[in-house]
Amino acid sequence: MQQSPIVEIQNVSFGYDAQHPVLRDIDLAIERGAVVGVMGQSGCGKTTLLRVIMGAAAPTRGAARVLGAVTSALDRDGLYAMRRKMGMLFQFGALFTDMSVYENVAFPLREHAALPGELLHDLVMMKLQAVGLRGAAHLMPAELSGGMARRVALARSIALDPELILYDEPFTGLDPISFGVIARLIRELNDLLGATSIIVTHDVQEALGVVDYVYFMAAGRVIAKGTPDEIRASREPFVNQFVNGKSEGPVPFHYPAPDYAADLELAVAS
Amino acid sequence: MRAADVRGQLERLGGAVTSQVWRLGFASRFLLYLVLHSGTALRRFRLTVAEIYFAGVLSLVIILVSGLFVGMVLGLQGYETLQRFGASESLGVLVALSLVRELGPVVAGLLFASRAGSAITAEIGLMKATEQLSAMEMMAVDPVARVVAPRFWGGVLSLPLLAALFSAMGIFGGYLVGVQLIGVDAGAFWSQMQASVDVRNDILNGVYKSIVFGIAVTWIAVFEGYDAVPTAEGVSRATTRTVVTSSLAILALDFVLTALMFTGGNGQ
Repeated sequence: MQQSPIVEIQNVSFGYDAQHPVLRDIDLAIERGAVVGVMGQSGCGKTTLLRVIMGAAAPTRGAARVLGAVTSALDRDGLYAMRRKMGMLFQFGALFTDMSVYENVAFPLREHAALPGELLHDLVMMKLQAVGLRGAAHLMPAELSGGMARRVALARSIALDPELILYDEPFTGLDPISFGVIARLIRELNDLLGATSIIVTHDVQEALGVVDYVYFMAAGRVIAKGTPDEIRASREPFVNQFVNGKSEGPVPFHYPAPDYAADLELAVAS
Repeated sequence: MRAADVRGQLERLGGAVTSQVWRLGFASRFLLYLVLHSGTALRRFRLTVAEIYFAGVLSLVIILVSGLFVGMVLGLQGYETLQRFGASESLGVLVALSLVRELGPVVAGLLFASRAGSAITAEIGLMKATEQLSAMEMMAVDPVARVVAPRFWGGVLSLPLLAALFSAMGIFGGYLVGVQLIGVDAGAFWSQMQASVDVRNDILNGVYKSIVFGIAVTWIAVFEGYDAVPTAEGVSRATTRTVVTSSLAILALDFVLTALMFTGGNGQ
């Protein structure tokens, strides 16, 4: 039997005020088990889309159905119950700086499950082993490199074995090795846990190697979608400019400005 | 032209007042929400105990040293004035009443606002700026219940104790200067103090003041942190606002409370 999509966004629009819509008529459906990329320029609305999926922003039109529930119809308790089945990796990890690596990973378990000490310890160590940082359990977040902090945050976000994992710019500011490690972990953990992952990113080339399907966004709309191969071969000018990192294309190099010669006062007054 | 200028200024003034009133309303709703969601902080009391340590125990040095010096100055100044009227034996009363009624709660409150209040604001503000509060929300943990409420109750419980220690240390400072250094009679110093300081009218009223100051300072501190613009500059501004607003609040509340407690019909 065909399972319903884990995330279904139907005709969703959203704006912080009526004059400036951030999302316009977004339609997307994410199947269980997939790793899906949402890509596009900074400011195109992809993080806002993530906020809609996690129920932090209610659509002004349309509906977001996540894990079987319409997010805007949920009250605070309903939203929290839904989020217990979700994990989220923030852009810079968002580790609790006053807690050790161990305590960070243990945090969601302590808050939501009254586990005996030994079981809690074993679970935390298993999560840290999965991201290769069991040996760093005693360190404080300030003692970690950017890549390690991201991996600890990943271990924390999978602590409750989520069905859906959201990644907000997981590759930002990482060196190539950490980049590869995080990309591999996203794929492996998704498949091991039987979860579904949504990666919001503008690091296109690297992300295309990990994801099963891509939604490409510009100015609050989905302008292209397809498998990584289809996206690479896309003839849509914006996608082409973005994927190949060209400085000229539909997105101009120059911010709109008055005439250059006039600005330099080179125009001859007649 | 001139009328338009005046109108513009009036509109700006009106806008500023409206936004402050709106913010006060928001802060009041925040306090209500905080109190209603204090279950975690009280059930898992070790979370609150940890905050009592950070806000209270770590403020002990500044509170005790300041208390000692304020008491010593009171001893010197008090003796200087009292001996002109031949009433130097009343030094103990003067020192004790000044401390338990006014200086203990007020100065301890001001020191608490700058030492602990600013730290609470900065910590919550930075947690917001580094998305730690959002991360908690995403883990289905209410940051107000888990982060803000323990800090609030930690502060509210700490300040009355700190104010009491401040007063005790101040009385000891007054004793050191008055009795040990200047030579006021020790028996007169203590017995007059014992006879003239009333538990309900003086000591308890001082304790009530410190409880009110504790609520005001910690409320302002947690609200400013939670409401801070999540940038370095925003957190810095919020921290400054905490110290300024809570200091003014302490002084204004002190006047109101003093007017209510010590005027008319209570024998003082």
